[in-house]
Amino acid sequence: MIKLGVPSKGRLMDKTFDWFGKHGLTLEKSGADREYAGRVEGIDGVELVLLSAGEIPRELAAGRIHLGVTGSDLVREKIAGWQSQVQELALLGFGGADLILAVPQGWVDVETLDDLDAAAAAFRKVHGFRMRIATKYHRLVRDYLREHGVADYQLVDSQGATEGTVKNETAEVVADITSTGETLRANGLRILDAPVVHASQATLFQSLTADVSDTERQTLRDIKSRLSI
Amino acid sequence: MAAIQDETARLIGLFKNAGAEPIGADILQPAETLLDIYGEDIRARAYVTSDPLRGEMMLRPDFTVPIVQAHMAGGVDPARYCYAGKVFRKQELDAARPIEFEQVGYEVFASASPAEADAEVFALISEALAGLPVRASTGDLGILTAAVRGLQTSEARKAALLRHLWRPKRFLSLLARFCGEGEMSAERKRLLEAEDPFVNVGEAVGVRSRKEVIDRLVRLREEASTPPISHGEREMIDALLGLKQTSKDALSHLRDIAVDLPAIASAVDRFAQRLEALAERGVDVDALQFEGSYGRTTLEYYDGFVFGFYAGDADAPVLATGGRYDALTAVLGKGRAIPAVGGVIRPAEVAALREAAR
Repeated sequence: MIKLGVPSKGRLMDKTFDWFGKHGLTLEKSGADREYAGRVEGIDGVELVLLSAGEIPRELAAGRIHLGVTGSDLVREKIAGWQSQVQELALLGFGGADLILAVPQGWVDVETLDDLDAAAAAFRKVHGFRMRIATKYHRLVRDYLREHGVADYQLVDSQGATEGTVKNETAEVVADITSTGETLRANGLRILDAPVVHASQATLFQSLTADVSDTERQTLRDIKSRLSI
Repeated sequence: MAAIQDETARLIGLFKNAGAEPIGADILQPAETLLDIYGEDIRARAYVTSDPLRGEMMLRPDFTVPIVQAHMAGGVDPARYCYAGKVFRKQELDAARPIEFEQVGYEVFASASPAEADAEVFALISEALAGLPVRASTGDLGILTAAVRGLQTSEARKAALLRHLWRPKRFLSLLARFCGEGEMSAERKRLLEAEDPFVNVGEAVGVRSRKEVIDRLVRLREEASTPPISHGEREMIDALLGLKQTSKDALSHLRDIAVDLPAIASAVDRFAQRLEALAERGVDVDALQFEGSYGRTTLEYYDGFVFGFYAGDADAPVLATGGRYDALTAVLGKGRAIPAVGGVIRPAEVAALREAAR
């Protein structure tokens, strides 16, 4: 049985169902609305597993599901060396959001990553601690800042209301997912003029660690040919 | 396992014979100190845990920091220490690499004759690896530092370059900018010329004050009016970074560069003294490799002589590394500092090489 993990609620689930539907595979939640069980019609040997989008990367990496739909940001953030554990099969074209860095609008001197780095050096001298960047995307942001040679910062964990951390003086900079930027503006923040940390979208992944029998391998081939991948 | 223990015992014996006093370090180290020294990147390499009273702690990623702290709290001058124990490193990309491994180290804290101390550590580690098919590489971050300090440009630019000495890509992009490459953006020009740069940005929010922003605008204007670093000086920096030859040839090359860049003369003299001291200890300096950029790509704190021993080409396992870290003693010394140099050997790699060579 091939296990296909998809987000268990909300727009992400609806759009995933639509996407598979367009390719002739009908995904359905079974039973009552609150029940997290489902089925796949139009192909044999595939089991639908409804999961929180945030748990799908872990299940893929552990090989407990063969296929999974989740945000590309979550896979990169949650799986160390993700390319060795999962493979991107298809970008689904929805759920798009950019992971960006934002600074207070009053920081007129900070437009680029170069500026951010220089401001961080000066900040540490003045305040005696490293400039704080609030985020829940620690791995992505750290890799990005290392790649761009930014130093003298620290990441502080923020699992929600990240845009408010600057006003609350628990961080100086935020790194967060934004689809429109309105929340940032409302909190007196501005997006840094720099490449996005990661342009995320809903993506179908295949686990490289899951065991696959000969029958399952054939089912996977069938699914891929249906999805034209 | 037994082979590694034997190797560790042999190395500790050798280091004790050289006059080192055995010293230990706690496995759990306060994370704050290590983060302040290495920056946030260390989180990707060291295991972080937390203690309810002490806050974030790290499984020691190396011995140098705790040993410098112990020495700065009351060590004598000169002092020699040796130690053996495990260090812990996360491996995010390659599950085949060890996450904990034994290190045996030797550290010298001494005000007198740094060149002698450099040679002592290198020769001792070289002796410890005698008879094995190893290749050594060396470098000297002191020469590059002296070259940057000697540039005919603003102190702010020199400080920015020195801050990124260990980030080669960043260093080169800064250098290019300071040499006048790339146009200032139209937006930046407007900002620096604006009568009121704070139009439409509202009140300042957060810890970084408006004064800090204004101070930086002043520095940006100063930077904009500083003439570019000359083509000739840049060529000399490039020449230093590109050096890759035997120490003997590197010395004569460096002497040539020092004619035009006298600021590096004393660092080059020190390099020459080190080579003499190494030769006296039986190291074949005519064959010893020197690389101008060696030691710049690691998460380290070395600021002078640096070296590494490898079991073959560039991808082969590292058997031993070391170097001088004078600045670190100042950072951890709370107002005091002492010249220091040391090195570590990985007994597991040595034992494996010994086995393979048999």
